[in-house]
Amino acid sequence: MNVIEFTFLVWTGSLVAGFLGALTGLGGGVVLVPLLTLFFKVDLRYAIGASLVSVIATSSGSAAAYVKEGFSNIRIGMFLEIATTIGALLGAFLTAKVPASALAIIFGVVLLYSAYVSRRTRPRTETPEPPDPLATKLKMNGTFPDTSGIRNYNVYRVPAGFGVMFGAGAISGLLGIGSGALKVVAMDQAMKIPFKVSTTTSNFMIGVTAAASAGVYLSRGYIDPGLAMPVMLGVLIGSLMGTRVLVKTQTKLLRLVFSTVIVLLGLEMVLKGLRGGF
Amino acid sequence: MRSRNVDEQKLEGLIANLLRAGVVLSAFVVLSGAVMYLGFHPRAHADYRTFHGEPDSLKTVHGVVRYAFSGHAMGIMQLGLLLLIATPIARVISSAAVFAVEGDRMYLLFTLLVLAVLLYSLFGSSLFV
Repeated sequence: MNVIEFTFLVWTGSLVAGFLGALTGLGGGVVLVPLLTLFFKVDLRYAIGASLVSVIATSSGSAAAYVKEGFSNIRIGMFLEIATTIGALLGAFLTAKVPASALAIIFGVVLLYSAYVSRRTRPRTETPEPPDPLATKLKMNGTFPDTSGIRNYNVYRVPAGFGVMFGAGAISGLLGIGSGALKVVAMDQAMKIPFKVSTTTSNFMIGVTAAASAGVYLSRGYIDPGLAMPVMLGVLIGSLMGTRVLVKTQTKLLRLVFSTVIVLLGLEMVLKGLRGGF
Repeated sequence: MRSRNVDEQKLEGLIANLLRAGVVLSAFVVLSGAVMYLGFHPRAHADYRTFHGEPDSLKTVHGVVRYAFSGHAMGIMQLGLLLLIATPIARVISSAAVFAVEGDRMYLLFTLLVLAVLLYSLFGSSLFV
């Protein structure tokens, strides 16, 4: 394949991945690495590098919109970024030490897990608890706009959330993905932050987390401009289009289809990894 | 209970514009490099099957800047990607400035800690590869 054909095909694939990722809320990054490695036969390290760069683009692009709407909590984000950035730095250093086949297997498992999380309905016991003293000390309790005006919320179990965030950062640095699913689990499940606030704050944090591993990736030579260029431009345009039509379309069926694709790609990554195909 | 004050709204507006500007600027630089890259070597063979790593001119911040300003397409695309990586860093710096103005020393400390990790990754990590 020559450069023109390769660039065009990778750009188109990335555009579709970014579009579906934004439309379904599952993120385009998770399918990019399997797309590049399984279909375009790109080496796993180059794929991870290109994916990470595109994660920064989509996170920054969409966070700009959410920050203005007043959903994301900048203090929660900043505090938890201490955990995610240190985790990401560690994860990025580990990428060079872990064999490619093992990385592929971990990647497949993370794919399967994010498909599972997206299918699960979350039972939320709304028992009012007294405000957490640590969260109060950290000035994390906040407000967000709701249909019935401004709503207050409290934050709980800060250490547990911080711990899960460290893990989310490490996974992000190890695999070059945003690991938004894990970030939302930490904030939504552990810290009891309202769903709308946790998803937008998570999105806001993904860019900073990814930037923490990007430097390590760059110095290791994982970021190839010829490959990262079509991936970044495709995902960026695709996800911007996805956010535009997000409100208009019925996404239930699409979510089902997309999460099925994620499951299949996850299984293929695990199987190929087990056969030592990376 | 903390209310959303004027400073915070200003901060959020500033951050939103900063993020958007960073993404647009980097996409523009990457695209300019892409036009040169595809225009000059359209028939070159694209092969990413085996990992070779990148040359030094594409691996460090000052290497990329020098390579880009000497007019190389690869360097210009990589510079665009560096601008993208710099966008969240600029976001963290602007948050630090606002926490400093607000006199929130605790969050200023947190923000500087995050900034230190980011700068270490970009400038310091190559020393230990």
